Amino acid sequence: MIEFNGVSFWFSEEETLIEKKDEVLHNVELVIPKGEFVVLLGRNGSGKSTLAKHCNGLLLPKKGTVIVDGKNTNQSEYLWDIRQKVGLVFQNPDNQIIATTVEEDVAFGPENLGVPQDEIRKRIDQALNIVGMNDFRKKEPHLLSGGQKQRVAIAGVLAMQPEYLVLDEATSMLDPEGRSEIMSLISQLRGSITIFHITHYIEEAVDADWVIIMDQGQVVAQGKPVDIFNRRGQIYEWGLELPLVSETAWILQRRFPELFPSLPLKAEELVAALCSFV
Amino acid sequence: MFIRLENVYYSYFQHTPFEVQALKNVTLTIDRGESVGIIGRTGCGKSTLIQHFNALLFPTQGFVMIDGDKIQKKGSQLRGIRKKIGLVFQYPEHQIFEETVFDEVAFGPRNNGVGGEELEETVKWALESVGLDYQELHKKNPFELSGGQMRRVAIASILSMRPEALILDEPTAGLDPEGKRLILRKLKDLREENQTTLVFVSHSMDDLAMIAERIIVMDQGTIGLDGSVRHIFSQGKILDQYGIKPPTTARIAELLRKKGFDIEEGILTAQELSEQIEEKILKGGSH
Repeated sequence: MIEFNGVSFWFSEEETLIEKKDEVLHNVELVIPKGEFVVLLGRNGSGKSTLAKHCNGLLLPKKGTVIVDGKNTNQSEYLWDIRQKVGLVFQNPDNQIIATTVEEDVAFGPENLGVPQDEIRKRIDQALNIVGMNDFRKKEPHLLSGGQKQRVAIAGVLAMQPEYLVLDEATSMLDPEGRSEIMSLISQLRGSITIFHITHYIEEAVDADWVIIMDQGQVVAQGKPVDIFNRRGQIYEWGLELPLVSETAWILQRRFPELFPSLPLKAEELVAALCSFV
Repeated sequence: MFIRLENVYYSYFQHTPFEVQALKNVTLTIDRGESVGIIGRTGCGKSTLIQHFNALLFPTQGFVMIDGDKIQKKGSQLRGIRKKIGLVFQYPEHQIFEETVFDEVAFGPRNNGVGGEELEETVKWALESVGLDYQELHKKNPFELSGGQMRRVAIASILSMRPEALILDEPTAGLDPEGKRLILRKLKDLREENQTTLVFVSHSMDDLAMIAERIIVMDQGTIGLDGSVRHIFSQGKILDQYGIKPPTTARIAELLRKKGFDIEEGILTAQELSEQIEEKILKGGSH
């Protein structure tokens, strides 16, 4: 698991915080349990990306600690290990691909880890199979669609055999097709690896094991999707919104209070509730 | 006939072995005051199309007319067209370069010789049109603002030219839900108050269901479908061929219809959908 213990962060070099408004993370207490699919939501500037970059020591807390499977990211002797364990994929697919062919790009990580050649080959095969990009292995990455590029970026991380996959708004620059490619890849990977997915798309949270909400550098709520999205008033205060299914149900609920014991999150749930009501 | 394209063809890398035909025989009219969503798969020609609307690209065949004038590749006319038709690119905040919000928004009108009080009024109007407080923000460095605010400053810097049409490429991409709602609401107000023509390129059918009245579906460089938003979004099966999923509300309505609920076609918002459902419940269910 990844534990955040009282983590505060600000971007200036100063050891102490000068102005309160510069604090990007404030006293974050959080646990990302192993094996789960966790989704983090929060408005622009709430500290989501900064939090993500703490997961593998890309950023280090100014106060508090981040512990990955017992290893403190503040201790530089652990960093190598931690970065192998926690793979990050970022927002812009064009900024993450460096090699001139897909397979070379996927090989980059394991090569840097000093993995032997035949093992690298195996890992490339495996990783490209998982993300469904094996047919493209000799292709030049710039010829791929956004969704395909992100899948290659994820394959590059998987080839390092991490235990945690952190997706920092990895779907936000993709078209609907690309997004659904990544979401079905997530459901395929689910269970075999811990997934920490940061997004603005509320719909991408309804299937999560656990939802975390950040606002103004703090974790303001966490829980199962159904519990989180039944807190409608707060959802809007945090700059978010309900899935359209739940919003429709909420309007109906005001008219027919017995219709939904709790707001449904998926269309099928809404329809089922309606069918048994009439 | 505010924006008119007649038999427009456009090729990238023309007369080279890499020639790609991005638009094929596109004929299209957008009237003043319309709100049009342009949708379609990535690579279908949406971005190429809208760049013809303000003469950033010129047809390799066919012609474009703006407000009755046929576009020629002449400098004097182009200036007028680009003032009349503002184009907001994707992630426009990446193009912010001035050091204060004021200077950023004032850039366009200043270049057109606007100064003094008129300039201040214009900047104020543009910022307020996108829901930003002039007093609070005009002296700030745009790079210190939040993502949603930067996006709105970037839109304001196009608005300050007082365009008659605003063409926006994915205006809500990457924004949080609140920022998205705010931008859509402000654009709606702008249209109501100034009859500004709005054209959106978007992948978000849920956004378009809220703001567009007409939808154009592009497909491999041609116009696949063109019609009212209610009509187009109720064509689930046909949209599927163009790689488009109808808005969430339309999909829920379709599921309900399959279960025997007699829900009308062309549902766009959660409000409309819930009203329809309510009516069916009160009638005692239809199955």
